[in-house]
Amino acid sequence: MALIDFANPGRFLTFAGQTLPILRVLTGLILLIGLFMAFFASPPDYQQGETVRIMYIHVPAAWIAMACYALMAIAALGTLVWRHPLADVAGKAAAPIGAGFTLIALVTGSLWGKPTWGTWWVWDARLTSVLILFLIYLALIAAWRAVEDPGRAARAAAILTLVGTVNLPVIHYSVVWWNTLHQGRSVFRLDGPSIDPAMLRPLMVMALGTLLLFLTLLLSAMRNEIHRRRLRTLRLTQAGAAT
Amino acid sequence: MTGAFLSVAARTAELSLRSGGGGLTGLLFFLCVVVLFPFGVGPDLNLLARIGPAILWVAALLSTLLGLDRLFQDDRDDGTLDLYLLSPLPPELLVLAKCAGHWFATGLPLVVAAPVFGFFFNIEPAALGLVTLTLLLGTPALTLIGAIGAALMLALRQGGMLIAVLVLPFTIPVLIFGVSATLAVQTAPTPFLPPVLILCALTLASGVVAPVAGAAAIRASLE
Repeated sequence: MALIDFANPGRFLTFAGQTLPILRVLTGLILLIGLFMAFFASPPDYQQGETVRIMYIHVPAAWIAMACYALMAIAALGTLVWRHPLADVAGKAAAPIGAGFTLIALVTGSLWGKPTWGTWWVWDARLTSVLILFLIYLALIAAWRAVEDPGRAARAAAILTLVGTVNLPVIHYSVVWWNTLHQGRSVFRLDGPSIDPAMLRPLMVMALGTLLLFLTLLLSAMRNEIHRRRLRTLRLTQAGAAT
Repeated sequence: MTGAFLSVAARTAELSLRSGGGGLTGLLFFLCVVVLFPFGVGPDLNLLARIGPAILWVAALLSTLLGLDRLFQDDRDDGTLDLYLLSPLPPELLVLAKCAGHWFATGLPLVVAAPVFGFFFNIEPAALGLVTLTLLLGTPALTLIGAIGAALMLALRQGGMLIAVLVLPFTIPVLIFGVSATLAVQTAPTPFLPPVLILCALTLASGVVAPVAGAAAIRASLE
């Protein structure tokens, strides 16, 4: 089953229609297990106490925010290089979802920072680059809405997405390249995670749950976008036939 | 090829600087922003001397952003852009030539005016020299990155504010390194060379990426 088989929107709609119910149930289940593990079955931090539990929401949201942008970058390549019809739809649908997860990461991080660092916000490299990511998401949403024709809007937004991809390694390595208040790398390191397994397990379950949540939202949004385009075509045809 | 490149750049600069071209309006906006800050912040000269370089940089950034929709607009409106695309000059070099001409008409006046306006803020001479240097090195990057946004929104008629919004997140690194060089000189005698070199790198990198992305964007917007 080659990727080109998914280029048919009708086929994608059937695929999404069949997969979404299972995805929803799985997402709800794993998020429930993850939240239970995060709030009841994991130890408090020796320094931060119970506040560390925000990490189980903050970190997966931040990971998904970056993964969503990576997905949009790949979709942008699909639009520009292969003119894959569903790449447009994926890129447009993913932008608000990614912006939402970035906002969750920023807000939960801010709530976490107040009791632990004593401040709601600090202009260090990690926070600033994630804020720039949020601004880029908003700029992309604006770009999608600016042009009337979906095909043209797709190409313009795709170029902008690819230009903004340079921000992703900056975010990831910001705690390595600069002296930041935000904590350094604890999970994605060459030496392996430095976080305690009792905390790593709930974190990984929440990460999986958040990923499934993202996929559920993305597939639903892509379905909506395809229907929206069909509606637009029908309206145009109707207006054309009426004259 | 060089002849075509130079003539496009010269034509862009000349048209922008002529009356009705709006090239020096950006300079006027720069002056307005610079004059507004002391009204907002208060007349404390020590404070103004400290934040002066940052104000000059932000004002230059805003002035460049607002002038961006003029980059391709006139040529698109009278069909010259289509003629340019039909000519043997590659679209990437076309974008580079237009950016060069536009920077000469809008960015260079800002660089020349910055030391003069810096007197409003009582900035010390070393920091003033560094602001001018970083503006000289950084404003081409602003024009180039802005050209991507301007090319993307070619299809729109009144895309000015939207282009500014789209381009802003990508110009933030240029602003950060431009100001960080002056901070290094002002607060303590720390080496200011690393931020200046990174600024040069940003300009050179955008000099490569912007023509390619801009040409793709023009092709996408015009078809």
